[in-house]
Amino acid sequence: MAFEEQLDLSSPIHEIRTNSLKQFEALGFPTKKDEAWKYTSLAKLLKNDYSIFPKKETTTELKDVKKYFLYDIDTYKVVFIDGIYSPFLSDTTHDGIDVCLLSAALTKDKYKATIETYFNTIAKKDDSLTALNTAFTKEGAYIYIPKSVVAEKPIQILHFSTSEQGPMLLQPRNLIVAEENAQVQIFERHQSLVPHQVLTNAVTEIFAAENAIVDYYKVQNDLDEASLIDNTYVAQKGKSHVSVHTFSFGGQLIRNNLNFYQKGEYIDSTMKGITIIGDRQHVDHYTLVDHAQPNCESHQDYKGIYADKSVGVFNGKIYVNQIAQKTNAFQKNNNILLDNTATINTKPQLEIFADDVKCSHGCTIGQLDEDALFYLRSRGIPKREAKGLLTYAFANNVLESVKIPALKLRINKLIADKLGVSIGHDL
Amino acid sequence: MLTVKDLHASVEGKEILKGINLQVNPGEVHAIMGPNGSGKSTLAAVIAGNEDYEVSSGEITLNGEELSEADAEERAHKGIFLSFQYPIEIPGVTVTNFIKTAINANRKAQGLEDMPAKDMLKNIREKAALLEIDSKFLSRSLNEGFSGGEKKRNEIFQMAMLEPKLAILDETDSGLDIDALKIVAHGVNKLKSKDNAVVVITHYQRLLDYIVPDFVHVLYNGKIVKSGTKELAHELEAKGYDWIKQLVD
Repeated sequence: MAFEEQLDLSSPIHEIRTNSLKQFEALGFPTKKDEAWKYTSLAKLLKNDYSIFPKKETTTELKDVKKYFLYDIDTYKVVFIDGIYSPFLSDTTHDGIDVCLLSAALTKDKYKATIETYFNTIAKKDDSLTALNTAFTKEGAYIYIPKSVVAEKPIQILHFSTSEQGPMLLQPRNLIVAEENAQVQIFERHQSLVPHQVLTNAVTEIFAAENAIVDYYKVQNDLDEASLIDNTYVAQKGKSHVSVHTFSFGGQLIRNNLNFYQKGEYIDSTMKGITIIGDRQHVDHYTLVDHAQPNCESHQDYKGIYADKSVGVFNGKIYVNQIAQKTNAFQKNNNILLDNTATINTKPQLEIFADDVKCSHGCTIGQLDEDALFYLRSRGIPKREAKGLLTYAFANNVLESVKIPALKLRINKLIADKLGVSIGHDL
Repeated sequence: MLTVKDLHASVEGKEILKGINLQVNPGEVHAIMGPNGSGKSTLAAVIAGNEDYEVSSGEITLNGEELSEADAEERAHKGIFLSFQYPIEIPGVTVTNFIKTAINANRKAQGLEDMPAKDMLKNIREKAALLEIDSKFLSRSLNEGFSGGEKKRNEIFQMAMLEPKLAILDETDSGLDIDALKIVAHGVNKLKSKDNAVVVITHYQRLLDYIVPDFVHVLYNGKIVKSGTKELAHELEAKGYDWIKQLVD
């Protein structure tokens, strides 16, 4: 891949890009020798000869993609097809808030100050995949919620891929800024529309100022040929609340690098996830919470259900700085292996340098409760379905914190479908 | 309807049932009484197909069909229902979703389509009313945080929905106050017909004042040691289980 030749030299962030490219070239792709990538190998994916230039826009009609949207509620939408903005499928705004394209924000003067303040400021410089994304930053969503504004509709960021011309590497870049007292709910999805080798290396930076509330929902239910490396960086100021829910139900390989940096007091950070996979699918959650200031909380609750020869990884790092007294950091990772050929690697990493903190972590790996199974079967529910219902129940309580009812219902149904449980709407 | 012949069953190598014989005909109510540890709940679990118990010899037939090869769900499809002594809590599955899943699983086994949502709703409402169950209760997680009485009413609600041929009520009276006991008994009596049968397992005679048995059997040390009519229950209540123990030992 001759990356340099494909660089856009006229871009205002040209210097950042050039430096990032140098950084990437120095680091290279991570391998299993890197501690952070011990359980997830990109080797197979990197054998593909990816094209990184999106081809011309293909015709995609709303009816082809509607089902991937949250279509039954009113939302703003920023939609990309093979990395190119689709004005026809999108519904952007500059009315009170900005929901538009990063490419526009990078080039227009009115956004210059915001870009300079935020762009690439919390994304890790020494992470090779993030550097690679930065080097090729071209397009993505730009969301700006000014001080004391509550976005009245959820915002959807959708990336579709349709390539029929061989393997494709997509590198979307999102920037989300919620100023003081602002509130926003965001839904993000990467979806291939035809089976093809696509690798998405996404970077999202989220900034929550004092008292801001940001709820971010990621649905990862892609086709078997699609892989995703999601690098999300969250910076929070005092009294802000940010939650990220990650629902990983499909794809070939998914790696979620989710990083929270607390830069004030009385911050609440929530990271939740449900993973339900089978076949030879691979999902890796790699989380970091950096408790840098006193009196903050973090809540992590990841549940995983693994069938067949699927592999799950959970690595949760909690770092508590020595001045971060009165930190409450909670981490849970509960897993069910449906088949003894499935694997889960779970590793909590607690680095605590303050003495007055409450930190708890718990990992469980289990099978289903036999008594509960008999109870269900004694009511005529066949063993397979009974197992499905119990696994459904196991996963379902993570949904309690989902604040968009239409999304909650959708995920609920996705989980039921995934587990072969026929759960309709409640009567 | 139900025929149990010389049934021996054990759990973890320990023999609990040591030759049970029982004949239950359509339209009958049987009570099985006995001291703690006599094997009452084991008998219920074995009939319902709990795989924790190993049947070493003897047979169970339902309407002439031998059940040894049938697993728990197949027995349910054939019309056996067990009201659990300790109903299991299942967080994350609502009562409604649970019962809908169970009803449709049974219908599927009989080659029927799913019950239309409207009929399901009507059915649920009627049966909930019979057991004086509040509609809010139906959207709660199954048995989670239910009181003892709520759990047992929920068991009988499930029985009412599933309309089994043979219902086995395992210690349904335990943990119930008198009002809940009356509601549960009223529900069971309403569901009784000449075509179905009920086996009531109980330690005390109290429930039998409300669900009146045609036959009473005393189970002791894995065997039915005495059978009679409802008067036997009164006699047991008056003389206590020591009377039976003396009789046998």
